[in-house]
Amino acid sequence: MVKWVEGPAVDEDVVVSTRIRVARNLRNYKFPQRMSIQEAEALTNEILNVMKKLPSGVNYKFYKINSLTPVERVSYIEEHLISPGLINRPDYSSFLLKDNESATIMINEEDHLRIQVLYPGLNFEKAWESINEIDNFLESNLDYAYHDEFGYLTACPTNVGTGIRASAMVHIPALSIIGQVNGLINGFQKIGLTVRGLYGEGTKAFGDLYQISNQMTLGEEEEEIIRRLKGVIYQTISKERDVRENLLSKRRYEIEDRVFRSYGLLKYSRKISSKEAMQHLSNVRMGIAMGIINDVKFKDIEKIMIGIQPGSIQKYANRELNDNERDILRAKYIRERL
Amino acid sequence: MLCQICGKNQATVHYTKIINGNIEELHLCDECAMHNKEIEFDSTFSFHKLLSGLMDNLQGEVPYKEVKTYKCPFCGMDYVQFRQTGKFGCAQCYETFKPKLKALFRSIHGHDKHVGKVPVRANTQVAKKRRIQKLKEQLNELVAKEEFEEAAKVRDKIKELEKDIGQ
Repeated sequence: MVKWVEGPAVDEDVVVSTRIRVARNLRNYKFPQRMSIQEAEALTNEILNVMKKLPSGVNYKFYKINSLTPVERVSYIEEHLISPGLINRPDYSSFLLKDNESATIMINEEDHLRIQVLYPGLNFEKAWESINEIDNFLESNLDYAYHDEFGYLTACPTNVGTGIRASAMVHIPALSIIGQVNGLINGFQKIGLTVRGLYGEGTKAFGDLYQISNQMTLGEEEEEIIRRLKGVIYQTISKERDVRENLLSKRRYEIEDRVFRSYGLLKYSRKISSKEAMQHLSNVRMGIAMGIINDVKFKDIEKIMIGIQPGSIQKYANRELNDNERDILRAKYIRERL
Repeated sequence: MLCQICGKNQATVHYTKIINGNIEELHLCDECAMHNKEIEFDSTFSFHKLLSGLMDNLQGEVPYKEVKTYKCPFCGMDYVQFRQTGKFGCAQCYETFKPKLKALFRSIHGHDKHVGKVPVRANTQVAKKRRIQKLKEQLNELVAKEEFEEAAKVRDKIKELEKDIGQ
């Protein structure tokens, strides 16, 4: 479970993950919103046939949304492997997941293809390299909708051109403690970046986790879009680290108290909501970064943060649970891992 | 029940207004309801509304009266639908609504021309020219870094492409 978290992670004290997705469409099909089920199936088959040509050693597994249980669908979203938009029309949509979970090819979301790559820590170079590889492979076997002037054509005008959305998930608890997150978000927006909560568009930020991504997709080269975003992420990293250091030197007892209270609560509680758990996990994560807690790893926290989400906890239980049952099992799940 | 405004389509939106105890009922079709300012479907500022707001105020090269009649030959989407949903129906829509798009893209992205990746399979003149341009940039970089061997290879590629497009 949650395989993509494994592997080397640079700057993981602040950057949880790096993600790039590109939106692509085929010329000879209507966009998913206007397709019939038969057309959706034909397109899916065309893509599956192309995937058979992959070089040996590269393995993807195919999942149809309508053959997954509702709990499974949600848990894939919680693991960041598919987008929330993919499960809206279960009979149309499907996805191909690479065996190490670093890449997903979503079929019939808002666009025919949404390719995403996901790496732990800050790793735009690797992400761009591997998404390009997948994109080039598909492009050489499919008739992409491409326009000389407008670039890659997408269902939504906000994605046209490069179709690229690059993002980094940052953990910024110290900036949150000193009340600078809103200022930061406003600043990002002024330079054309978007800040979202844990699960993308319209979701709330829990556990001091924010997804920072580019907004514009037309009129700039992909490398430039990524370079600009990376610059801002670097700034965010150094700002968060400065504040952590400052807090530790000026308010050590208060910070230590906060971290250890959260640690204790997570270790011993018998019933906990996901919102409350996320806040305490965030404090513990900050404690690891500050050297206050030494026997827990960042990756342990990442895995727990995903594992305790409503869908994932029910997948773990292997049955549907009500709120109360979830909160009890969640507390147990965390206790067993800390 | 038929729409109270146009009297032609089936009423699908049923709306009750109570002001000072006076009850007024409205039964409208989708189309008329869309143009009725009193009916706000959702109070949240949704994304496609933002987009259609943008589209309404575009300094278009073509007046709305004319664009309104555009209809995509491939997927059947017309401009009114495009404006309402804020989404294209197919790749062909980009040609169909082209007169309105540059202004729309400028207002969203600040640009109206793609300068990024070109698919290897795109073999039009424009794609080749773009490729030449990228190679030239690469050539300059290589020369600046004094990597002449690589630079020579890039130069040959440029020559080849230029011959290809008849320059």
